[in-house]
Amino acid sequence: MIEVVDGERCTSCDICVNVCPTNVFDKTDGIPVIARQGDCQTCFLCELYCPEDALYVSPFADQAQPIDIVALKQTDSMGSYRRAVGWTDETSDRRSVDRSYLLFGH
Amino acid sequence: MPNPTHRAERVSAPEGSVAFEADVLVIGGGPAGTWAAVSAAERGARVVLADKGFCGTSGATAAAGTGVWYIDPDPALREVAMANREKMGGYLQDRRWMTRVLDSTYQHSNRLADWGYPYPVDGRGTSQRNSLQGPEYMRMMRKRTKQAGVTILDHSPALELLVDDDGAVAGASGVRRQKQDRWTVRAKAVVLATGGCAFLSKTLGSNVLTGDGYLMAAEVGAEFSSMEFSNPYAISPAFGSVTKTLFYGWASFTYDDGSVVPGAASKGGRSAIARALLEGPVYARLDKADDDVRHHMRVSQPNFFLPFDRTGIDPFKDRFPVTLRLEGTVRGTGGLRIVDDSCATSVPGLYAAGDAATRELICGGFTGGGSHNAAWAMSSGAWAGQGAADYAAQVGPAAKRKLSSAGAVAFRSRPGRAFAPAALTRAVQAEVFPYELNYFREASRLQGALGRLDAAWRDVSEADAADRSEIVRAREAAAMLATARWMYRSALARQESRGMHRRDDFPDQDSRQRHYVTTGGLDEIWTSARPHAEASYAEAAE
Ligand SMILES: Cc1cc2nc3c(=O)[nH]c(=O)nc-3n(C[C@H](O)[C@H](O)[C@H](O)COP(=O)(O)OP(=O)(O)OC[C@H]3O[C@@H](n4cnc5c(N)ncnc54)[C@H](O)[C@@H]3O)c2cc1C
Ligand code: SF4
Ligand code: SF4
Repeated sequence: MIEVVDGERCTSCDICVNVCPTNVFDKTDGIPVIARQGDCQTCFLCELYCPEDALYVSPFADQAQPIDIVALKQTDSMGSYRRAVGWTDETSDRRSVDRSYLLFGH
Repeated sequence: MPNPTHRAERVSAPEGSVAFEADVLVIGGGPAGTWAAVSAAERGARVVLADKGFCGTSGATAAAGTGVWYIDPDPALREVAMANREKMGGYLQDRRWMTRVLDSTYQHSNRLADWGYPYPVDGRGTSQRNSLQGPEYMRMMRKRTKQAGVTILDHSPALELLVDDDGAVAGASGVRRQKQDRWTVRAKAVVLATGGCAFLSKTLGSNVLTGDGYLMAAEVGAEFSSMEFSNPYAISPAFGSVTKTLFYGWASFTYDDGSVVPGAASKGGRSAIARALLEGPVYARLDKADDDVRHHMRVSQPNFFLPFDRTGIDPFKDRFPVTLRLEGTVRGTGGLRIVDDSCATSVPGLYAAGDAATRELICGGFTGGGSHNAAWAMSSGAWAGQGAADYAAQVGPAAKRKLSSAGAVAFRSRPGRAFAPAALTRAVQAEVFPYELNYFREASRLQGALGRLDAAWRDVSEADAADRSEIVRAREAAAMLATARWMYRSALARQESRGMHRRDDFPDQDSRQRHYVTTGGLDEIWTSARPHAEASYAEAAE
């Protein structure tokens, strides 16, 4: 489930509020809030669309998890999905590396 | 650029609501809905598309990505592609439809390439088009939908259909949940592309898929088909949501004590996993993947690895607990019955596409291993969009028609009890999640579940209208309840095992039941059998 909107990185662009399919966030005057965490479907798509790597979705789908943000930011987890699918400038060559055709029919 | 006169028109509406006039309203903005919207607009229709979530991220494809049934138009390859799934699907497919879908999928995939979808190129320089990355594909479909002149309403769940005096469907209304107001679209035809129903099981990307379109369609009298093929369960890490199963083809499955679960496999051995899970935890390890395969896996499905990377699990070396999450009609094959080549339903003015429609015509009773669903979503989407646009062109001026709202459950003010959506959802889940009820079916267990589900329906039918703040949840819960009842009623009617439908009391396939089960109704649910196309064509030829 979504656990973190990092106030240091977030620029309040509200993209996450728009793109979350299950309407988990609410707009505020400042950074969006996680208003309905229980509705999160753990799809990781808000992370993919956040231009600032300010979001973190924990992989635990059924339970909220306490997160140590300082420790989290020392790992490369935030933004890792965007980089992996080629949605950052530095990684855009990855958009066309899908090798599924070698794996189908196994 | 689209001609501005071909845009849907915003018309005046009472305070607290917005209203549009359109030729075609598409409900749902996954692959089926966006292909429908683009195709209707290309036919000159003024189109509105309303999505519960955000068109581009919402639905099963956006989050998961899909293999696609893309086969070069070489007759020998096509023959193999059709033949090798027929047994699995229980011989309920229809060759004519399979051929149409293969042709259409080929064309649409090639259009995606023209639009700039970044298909990978293999070592021989050939573009490979049998897989689509979900976020990339659906981001592009949103863009193309807008460019086609379609008005998109995001975060705008549809709640009920509008009908004219003759019972033809003529629009819908719902709420804009981020604006706290209502929307109404008067349209000459409606395409339901609301996806399947996965009962809020948290299978990847599917919590927006609660069968809403089925409920709305049933309220105007539409029929369903193949609803017994609604019990696929997908493997995921026990704690997670990523129900992508392809890579479990390289897994070994073990009990708590480390011994192998006999017969367990992702393909053709999933029921062994379900049976083992009834006894206790089951673990997987992808230890059959060599270094090359591991590399291909990482680059092909990055989200598969998120749950592992973020918990410090190495899925190739470490055992991790797995579970099976119900996917209902998302990777089942049941849905609204299609009555002609334009994906019309049995109700005038109403079309269905993607998972909202039955996929029996190309999948029969089984879709596991994917790719047919994605092919069906783009093909049926385009046909439904064109069909709806053509139908709309024949309907007279919309303004002359008197329309009424068709929604019943959760809308009617009653002196009775309050509507409690959360409790109802849990009650439905308790009947559809358990493997012993839904994976492994048997008459008395199905009847027990149906007794409880029917009682719950009587209960909510008498409940008071849902509170404004809870109306979406209430309609979702009612839709899941209705879906469960069509599923189990159809499952009782099919007294054999075929496709994904497994009856403990009828373990074999029965050649006399090579037919489709049709179902419908809300207060009273009925079922009937329809002959398989081959049989009916044979009759017609006589
Ligand atoms: C994990 C996973 C993996 C899969 N892998 C494959 C695969 O490899 N190959 C394959 O062929 N298929 C696969 N499938 C199935 C495939 O994703 C679906 O068949 C496909 O997404 C169907 O497209 P659709 O447009 O009908 O529905 P969806 O993509 O689910 O979209 C439905 C849309 O309708 C909207 N909606 C729902 N209710 C309402 C409402 N009341 N009002 C307005 N909008 C509404 C939703 O928000 C959503 O945007 C997979 C499914 C899952 C869950
Ligand atoms: S998308 Fe990222 S930067 Fe924008 S508001 Fe959300 S968290 Fe902040
Ligand atoms: S993970 Fe998905 S459902 Fe959860 S907050 Fe992000 S976008 Fe929304």
